[in-house]
Amino acid sequence: MKTITVRYFAMFREHAGVAEETLSLNAATAKDVFEFTRDRHGSTEPNGHCKVAINDHMADWDTAVSDGDTVLLFPPVAGG
Amino acid sequence: MIEVTKSVIDTAALQRSLKNPAAGGYCAFEGWVRNENEGHVVERLEYEAYEPLVIVEGEKVLAEARELFPFLEARCVHRVGLLELGECAVWIGVASAHRDEAFKACRYIIDKIKVRLPIWKKEHYANGDSGWVNCERCAAHGIAD
Repeated sequence: MKTITVRYFAMFREHAGVAEETLSLNAATAKDVFEFTRDRHGSTEPNGHCKVAINDHMADWDTAVSDGDTVLLFPPVAGG
Repeated sequence: MIEVTKSVIDTAALQRSLKNPAAGGYCAFEGWVRNENEGHVVERLEYEAYEPLVIVEGEKVLAEARELFPFLEARCVHRVGLLELGECAVWIGVASAHRDEAFKACRYIIDKIKVRLPIWKKEHYANGDSGWVNCERCAAHGIAD
């Protein structure tokens, strides 16, 4: 089990009902964290157009996560 | 330089900040709040950004633009919070020796900002509903992983 802090933004925060939570989970990659939180909050959003950052660095979905990491989940962006 | 602000974007002051005696041209893009999107009457927009990574990714975009279209000066400012119709949500300005670099760099920067920076836009509609741009559509259409 790893302890991961997850931060949610925009639509993800509204789905989760919280901006941040610390979870204990079996996760090898960022995608595992995404899927765990998606199931946890009953969301159906695919990760295809979403982005992820780990400890304030942009990451890929297959990037490994470590105990104590903060994973930031970004829904599809729409700047401009 | 890229910035995120909660205040009204002072485009005239930003233009002045790009003054450079070697610049023979200047090009700016302003993104404004529009009253319609995909058949919905929009009353206002709400922007949210994760500023630390907007800055990091935004500076990368500016560096790429400078590499591709060597310019003298460039700045970008993105607004966050609630914006009313007609307000400027994003401003990009580029000053260069010749016009071509300014036009092309400006276009490159806005195109990349829209798809790479962690910024989200919520539309508030005349009928009282609201929706996150791109998010609701992705979910509805079941875009594959």
